[in-house]
Amino acid sequence: MRKVLQPFGTALLLSLALLIAGCPSKTTTQPEAPPAPTEAPPAQTTDTTAAEAAEAARRAAEQRLLAQTVIYFDFDRSDIRPEYAEVIAAHARKLAAAPNLKVRLEGHTDERGSREYNIGLGERRAQSVRRAMLLQSAGDGQLNTVSYGEERPAVDGHDEGAWAKNRRVEIVYQ
Amino acid sequence: MLKRCKPWVTLAMLAASATQMARAELTIVITKGSDQAIPIAIVPFGWNGVGPVPFDVAQIVAADLARSGRFKPMDRQDMVSLPARGDQIQFEDWRLLKSDFIVIGRLVPGATDQFAVEYEIYNVLTGQRLAGDRIAAATSTLRSAGHRVADAVFERLTGVRGAFATRIAYVSVDGRPPKQSYQLVIADADGANVHVIASGPEPIMSPSWSPDGSRLAYVSFESRQSAIYVQELRTGVRTRASGWSGVNGAPAWSPDGKRLALALSRRDGNLDIYILALADQSLVRVTEDPAIDTEPAWALDGQSLYFTSDRAGGPQIYKADASAGSKVKRLTFDSSYNARPRVAPDEHEIAFVTLDGGGYRIGALDLKSGSSRVLTNGTLDESPSYAPNGVMLIYASQERGRGVLAIVSTDGKVKESLAADQGEVREPVWGPFAN
Repeated sequence: MRKVLQPFGTALLLSLALLIAGCPSKTTTQPEAPPAPTEAPPAQTTDTTAAEAAEAARRAAEQRLLAQTVIYFDFDRSDIRPEYAEVIAAHARKLAAAPNLKVRLEGHTDERGSREYNIGLGERRAQSVRRAMLLQSAGDGQLNTVSYGEERPAVDGHDEGAWAKNRRVEIVYQ
Repeated sequence: MLKRCKPWVTLAMLAASATQMARAELTIVITKGSDQAIPIAIVPFGWNGVGPVPFDVAQIVAADLARSGRFKPMDRQDMVSLPARGDQIQFEDWRLLKSDFIVIGRLVPGATDQFAVEYEIYNVLTGQRLAGDRIAAATSTLRSAGHRVADAVFERLTGVRGAFATRIAYVSVDGRPPKQSYQLVIADADGANVHVIASGPEPIMSPSWSPDGSRLAYVSFESRQSAIYVQELRTGVRTRASGWSGVNGAPAWSPDGKRLALALSRRDGNLDIYILALADQSLVRVTEDPAIDTEPAWALDGQSLYFTSDRAGGPQIYKADASAGSKVKRLTFDSSYNARPRVAPDEHEIAFVTLDGGGYRIGALDLKSGSSRVLTNGTLDESPSYAPNGVMLIYASQERGRGVLAIVSTDGKVKESLAADQGEVREPVWGPFAN
């Protein structure tokens, strides 16, 4: 089943995902991000301290999202799974805040089927992530896509476990 | 934001002599033979020059004919005599050995490093001389002369032109993910004479032979984006033929060798089929659809294209005129997945990748009757390519999790596999007849 992600659907999906605050972050094979820089607690009012603690927690959460740089996909699909909406939104926020930053969105597929068709599918996945980031205010000039199809698997293997790890878009900061 | 790259020319990295012997030959194993193979005796060729015989031409002839599945060459140890001339053949002996035909020959020394390869084909039952010829060769071309003798025998006895003196191109991959290296390789159709013509740490894919066999088009990611290159095999001179932003993929030469059909995504990320005129770089957009349109293959007359599209959901094979905005006709319906069409040399059928009973296999569709069949039984078979005489198809398969090449006769009766001694091999494409 071919699924071209509609922009409207993406916006809805991302907004929904963002509303679900505190949903458990996905387990990932990516290395954990370095802890968010914590500032020395200034000796001020309790209200300010609480606000700063909340801010630190928010930053830590953001760093955890940004540490995830691989978006995985279902077989022969290019729509973004709900658990990745927050991750993509975090990267888009980072890009929007730093207009000089650029990323490559590298689309990949598993090994099944025809190679050039898989190039098309990898490109569709990369474009799916690109469009989601554009909707979150990343700039068009900050996003570059490339599809490797099945040519650059992340892991070896010829079973569903390996295939699931190879169907992906990698977010690569330049 | 389209960035059009001007064509530019470089020499291939590895010297203008273009080719480099780098890896061992492919080993061919016949995995399924035909029970209707014709018994034939290929007698070791005579030699009366100085020193040992420089090359065993007959062994090449016998191996080629055996691989075709149409012939069953006699074991040498069963031969009771080794005639090198017609008047030396005792036909009664060969009749008793149940050989239908006998091929004899001589290697005649000429000037330094020059030979004449003479051969004759006889009908054992009647004693009639069916054919014979003389091929000039140097030491380095004796192997190829053997393939030409096999071609002549095959054509005289089957009525079909032989395709033994042809070459294949394929992609070879070393290392394990995520660190792999890629080579574009050319070899004789029997897996010998291996030459690497391009290599690097970024993927190489989709080789395509020019109709005259002098050039290869292929996709390389060496610039960290896909681009299509055209490389002249003799000189190694290389041109970037297509370097648009986005996907540049699936090059296919037009029958006149002047154009490439290809798949481009441009900026919007949607693959469509285009035709690139190599002389002036002009581009015609053939399809315009939000689906993935890719893997074009030319009809013989150069007027239309077969291609893969998922415009109806999953990938299927379609046909369109090779012009802008042409009407599109769907050809495949039998499976949820049909992709990468390749056209038989007489265009009576197309071969493609089809999802069949849980495996990706090579299927063929008869274009007149509309009936289709599945030729292979692997789980990850892909990239079919016809021999120029249409008798065999080479394709990529997997054995014990490793990429190998395989060949199946288009009647499904004969199968063989070609494995490299190291690494994986994939995306085989059979080159044209040598002349």
